Amino acid sequence: MIDSPQAARSLQAHSLSCERGDRELIRDLNLEIKPGKLVLVEGSNGSGKTTLLRTLCGLRTPGAGRITWCGEDIRHFRSEYHAELNYIGHLPGIKDDLSAIENLQIGCQLQTMHADIDLMDVLDKVGLFGFEELPCRTLSAGQRRRVALARLWAIKAPLWILDEPFNAIDKKGVELLLGLLESHINNKGLVVLTTHQHLDIGEGRLQRLNLNEHRAQQA
Amino acid sequence: MMRAAFILLRRDLLLAFRHRTELVNPLLFFLIVVSLFALSMEPDPRVLATIGPGVIWVAALLAAMLSLDSIFRADFEDGTLEQLMLTPHSAALLALTKVLAHWLVSGLPLMLMSPLLALLMNLPIEALPALLATLAVGTPVLSLIGAIGVALTVALRRSGVLLSLLVLPLYIPVLIFGSSAVGDAAAGIPYSGALLLISALLVLTLTLAPFAIAAALRISLE
Amino acid sequence: MWVWFHKLGSPRYFWGFSQKLMPWLIMACCLAFLIGLPWALVFSPADYQQGETVRIMYIHVPAAMMSMMIYVVMASAGAVNLIWRIKLAELVAAASAPIGASFTLLALITGSLWGKPMWGTWWAWDARLTSELILLFLYLGFIALYNAIEDRRSAGRAAAILALVGVVNIPIIHYSVEWWFTLHQGPTTQGMRVGGSIDPSMRYPLFTMMIAFNLFYVMTLIKRTRTLVLQQERNSGWVREMVGSR
Repeated sequence: MIDSPQAARSLQAHSLSCERGDRELIRDLNLEIKPGKLVLVEGSNGSGKTTLLRTLCGLRTPGAGRITWCGEDIRHFRSEYHAELNYIGHLPGIKDDLSAIENLQIGCQLQTMHADIDLMDVLDKVGLFGFEELPCRTLSAGQRRRVALARLWAIKAPLWILDEPFNAIDKKGVELLLGLLESHINNKGLVVLTTHQHLDIGEGRLQRLNLNEHRAQQA
Repeated sequence: MMRAAFILLRRDLLLAFRHRTELVNPLLFFLIVVSLFALSMEPDPRVLATIGPGVIWVAALLAAMLSLDSIFRADFEDGTLEQLMLTPHSAALLALTKVLAHWLVSGLPLMLMSPLLALLMNLPIEALPALLATLAVGTPVLSLIGAIGVALTVALRRSGVLLSLLVLPLYIPVLIFGSSAVGDAAAGIPYSGALLLISALLVLTLTLAPFAIAAALRISLE
Repeated sequence: MWVWFHKLGSPRYFWGFSQKLMPWLIMACCLAFLIGLPWALVFSPADYQQGETVRIMYIHVPAAMMSMMIYVVMASAGAVNLIWRIKLAELVAAASAPIGASFTLLALITGSLWGKPMWGTWWAWDARLTSELILLFLYLGFIALYNAIEDRRSAGRAAAILALVGVVNIPIIHYSVEWWFTLHQGPTTQGMRVGGSIDPSMRYPLFTMMIAFNLFYVMTLIKRTRTLVLQQERNSGWVREMVGSR
């Protein structure tokens, strides 16, 4: 873990460019995300939202530029960085043959930085009461999404990178997640997310990033 | 660190257990290939005994490779692989753990079944210890090398034939040392030289392959 | 040195640099073949045992040497690409693979042609020929993997890992095949060895041919790499400018 005061925890991108295939999607992006801020990544389809999020996680290598967490390049401090990161992508990241509780348990144990809370309570909170022991194969798409999202309650990491977290969940789930995002920001957490959902979070804390403005020049 | 490896190992074994009917498939494949060889020539016990070591080793090699194809695929498709790569643990250690879990449910049964095949191929009883010993140190090498190939091709939709093209040439040393050790044992010649060479290969792949697998997985996840 | 390394690594610089180098290379390569080919195939003495068939050696041995050397070049370029992420290194590796595979095939064919009068059969599972065959498989695997992955950069890095795994394995494979060969065949075909005790009248034409093959490799490599550079940089400013100005 990196020893630094909470305030110094910030995610920065320095003249970052992202490529997919041999096409450059994003060029020369400078970004700083401070604690207590939520960055909403916007842009038309194919503008590189997912590519950017995966690059910020360290799953993709940037075409140029670098990404720093607490001032350190994430490529050199991979494990320290990942210990403070919670990523939820398009794929659910859960095993269909394990039950909801098994999935959550293994996910937390592998991440090591888990809060000492009862995981059954967490599943209860995300509305999976009574479904904890069923194999995830038998759950609906929305319920499986909730199993994946339960990580956010269970694993206490300051940085959240969420790719379309509101997909497939119902109105009640959206409200629940919005509440969680808000309390995470209030606790000096950092959030980067993409969504088409309207976010009702105070403008002072919401930072918009429109990728259409950072599009690489293509003829 | 080791705790994470242990948790992952337990998870993979649990998943394998929930799909236990599929575990038999590579074993059946192993059995069928060996029978095919026997059926494709006259069943003269002497002929069978001469080609036996080679046939059993080739069949073991193919069975190991085919069963490997699944080692990272399911995790890749449901997103647990990317979550694993985002945990604070060394990717090489996690990769090694997954290979170990896979070997326990595929390589080990293969090895345990080999005496039955030795019987079918008319191998003398003296060759059995050599067969078991070479498979015991050889199949982990096959799993480790094969996992590199699988990690490189996991993002491709159809990778079966490509995987064999990548991996089979690299299997040749194990095949040569393994089958000749068994052949020597059948002829009553000491075989420790070949066995030690396979062990050396195991040490080499154990140290290097996990890093290659981890790097390959990173590329496949991009 | 380091600055130069990075400068040469930039595709644009490489384009200009190689353009100036190319005519000299072509000339040197032609010269080497003009001297080497007649010397080796006509003027050098015939072997007292093998007669005229020994002349196959002047193609076979350099081709076999190139096949191994190019794999090492490919793996080194792959390592440079993996470590320093130099795009040009990836292209050098990708451009080397088909050339290396061709040299391997040439070594296999000439070896087989040589084998017919020597052993009376086209293919004898001779240790070195078998190693060459496996090397060909490794080359084909590299090419197949590089072409199978759509994302060019991922393809280059995945293939680089494969080449590195291969380069660790080649000595092991070679040794194991040699071991297997002596175990089963015995020293019956050892007469074909091209050892250190080769007569100067044969050694010098052989050296000339080796130099010629090397120059040919470097020439084709640069030519192929230039094509790949154009292809990959087709969207960048300098290529558009250059194509536009024609």
